[in-house]
Amino acid sequence: METADTSADLISTPEVALTGAGATDDFDPGQKRFETLYFAFHNTKLVIGLSVVLSFLVLAIVGPWLTSADPFEFGFPLGIPPNSTYWLGTTSAGQDVYAQFVYGLRSSFVVGAIAALVAGTLGMAIGFIGGYLGGVVDDILSMLTNVVLVIPTLAVLIIVAAYLKVGSLSSEALLIGLTSWPWAARAIRAQTFSLAARDFVNLARLSGRGPLRVIASEIAPNMSSYLFLVFILLFGGSVLTAATLDFLGLGPSRVMSLGLMMNTAVSNAALQLGMWWWFIPPGLAITAIVGGLYVMNVGLDEVFNPRLRRT
Amino acid sequence: MTRYLARKVLLYLLTFFVAVTIDWAIPRLMPGNPIDGLISRIQADSTASQELHGYFTKSFGLDQPLWQQYLDFWRGLLHGDLGPSIAYVGSNVSALIWAALPYTLALLVPAIVLSYIAGNRVGAMAARRKSLDNTALPLAYILTATPYMWLALVLAYFLAFKWGIFPVSGAYDFSVQPAWTWEFTQSFLSHWFLPFLTLFLVSFGGWAIGMRNLIIYELESEYANYLQALGAPSKLVRKYAYGNAVLPQMSGLALALGAVVGGALVTEIVFGYPGIGTLIITALQNRDYFLLQGLFLLIIIGVLIANFIVDIAYVIVDPRTRAGIQGS
Repeated sequence: METADTSADLISTPEVALTGAGATDDFDPGQKRFETLYFAFHNTKLVIGLSVVLSFLVLAIVGPWLTSADPFEFGFPLGIPPNSTYWLGTTSAGQDVYAQFVYGLRSSFVVGAIAALVAGTLGMAIGFIGGYLGGVVDDILSMLTNVVLVIPTLAVLIIVAAYLKVGSLSSEALLIGLTSWPWAARAIRAQTFSLAARDFVNLARLSGRGPLRVIASEIAPNMSSYLFLVFILLFGGSVLTAATLDFLGLGPSRVMSLGLMMNTAVSNAALQLGMWWWFIPPGLAITAIVGGLYVMNVGLDEVFNPRLRRT
Repeated sequence: MTRYLARKVLLYLLTFFVAVTIDWAIPRLMPGNPIDGLISRIQADSTASQELHGYFTKSFGLDQPLWQQYLDFWRGLLHGDLGPSIAYVGSNVSALIWAALPYTLALLVPAIVLSYIAGNRVGAMAARRKSLDNTALPLAYILTATPYMWLALVLAYFLAFKWGIFPVSGAYDFSVQPAWTWEFTQSFLSHWFLPFLTLFLVSFGGWAIGMRNLIIYELESEYANYLQALGAPSKLVRKYAYGNAVLPQMSGLALALGAVVGGALVTEIVFGYPGIGTLIITALQNRDYFLLQGLFLLIIIGVLIANFIVDIAYVIVDPRTRAGIQGS
């Protein structure tokens, strides 16, 4: 949530990104792809970030198969530290922390992906249309974007989630997606705006194609790398927002999540009891995943934009 | 300049209007009768339920036509009347909010200002020193990716519980009374430090990254190259680059406010700090909807005012907006 608002800072400036996109015209496509891959595998930031994110993704997929415990199941020994049977120990109520952790990881990835898709779609729709059409449409869409941008996302989410009992991961993700699109819309609008003035777009327009077709065939493909970066940042931001909502107890209560783990840890005095294994892993995983995504993003930025490679 | 500020004020008024409308509409748009939902959650017996039903229907003014309800909502709001609290029987919402607000502001304002200054400085330094860039930047990325409540938990666990350097929760020791005494100030500061540090560290990361990227971008631009070609000392070039990079950072400040406020809420909960965040969690746990709606409005108004302050500062810093060259 909260945190997603500053994300626009994490992509290099638009002009730089566009030089990258424009430069592709001169390359043979096959060679370009090979070149991109070459730089991708030689970019330390990308490799490190991607490995961190992928290892947590694998843990989220495989992890639950390695335990027979249900994340909400009681009846294990009370409050024991990690050992060979209970890999991450147990809670003071006798729940298996490892089971909670791996199922929580799953929730984080699911919520992040759905919310990023929703916000990305909205951001693209509003950014493309406003930036390409301009005029009154752009004015109205910009106004809408600015209004939603100023309203603190978390405040809205709290009030909505308090009334509308969030029952599932997808409805939580939908709520997050519906409030986190503005910065993406603004960034995409700015990109579209400067692309729309280029000759090849004018040519497409002269050939009589409608706005939607020009956007789909000329504009979107030329900023696909930028859109990918936006999606990654939306994903990371949504993971953080979801954790905050779950921590406040506003997420789905019957689905385990990393934020819910921290919520129960705090309300059951894990701090006072010194049960670090209960609250350290969930936050550490979120930090690693989101940090991994950000670092990966910087790496990708360098891969996509030749001008950034030397720095 | 007047045009620029007038446009901003118009935007904020519109935003405020939308926010108040959301605040009014959400309880009424939700599926089912909100009163039934409230009462089923309170789980009172049937006679009490009926009493409550009548009480809430009247309090919400739900027996009146919608337009009347909407106007009444605005009237109450403009009079500072946000209704009674359910969680704290006998208090009204505005009194509760006024009592909690100073604590939250005491955390937020220093954290925002200091992290902004320190982040910009470190980011600018990182942009020109490779060794610092390689150490500070990864750290900044980790900090900005850290969930506020988790950093709060980690700091509380190590610095307060394990090593006992700082007190664990509350805003001051129960043995002292809030007053302008040395004893109270000391107690207050030692309780204040960890939640402040949490907010400071997470926001610091974001500012450092933003500034570092902007400076690098500015140093590659034509005017920087031209200055260098003229033989200007690199200190001067960096000074100009910094001046230009501060502007986008300032507009970023307006956008980041919402995030920091959210961070303050969860940080307060971890430390049991008696501010707005603790009030929100109490309101949520007790289904105190009047209180929640009041807090929602407070946060919106606070963020809008802060945005406006940033806008004014922007006018002072950026000569172009002052001269009216640039619209927004």
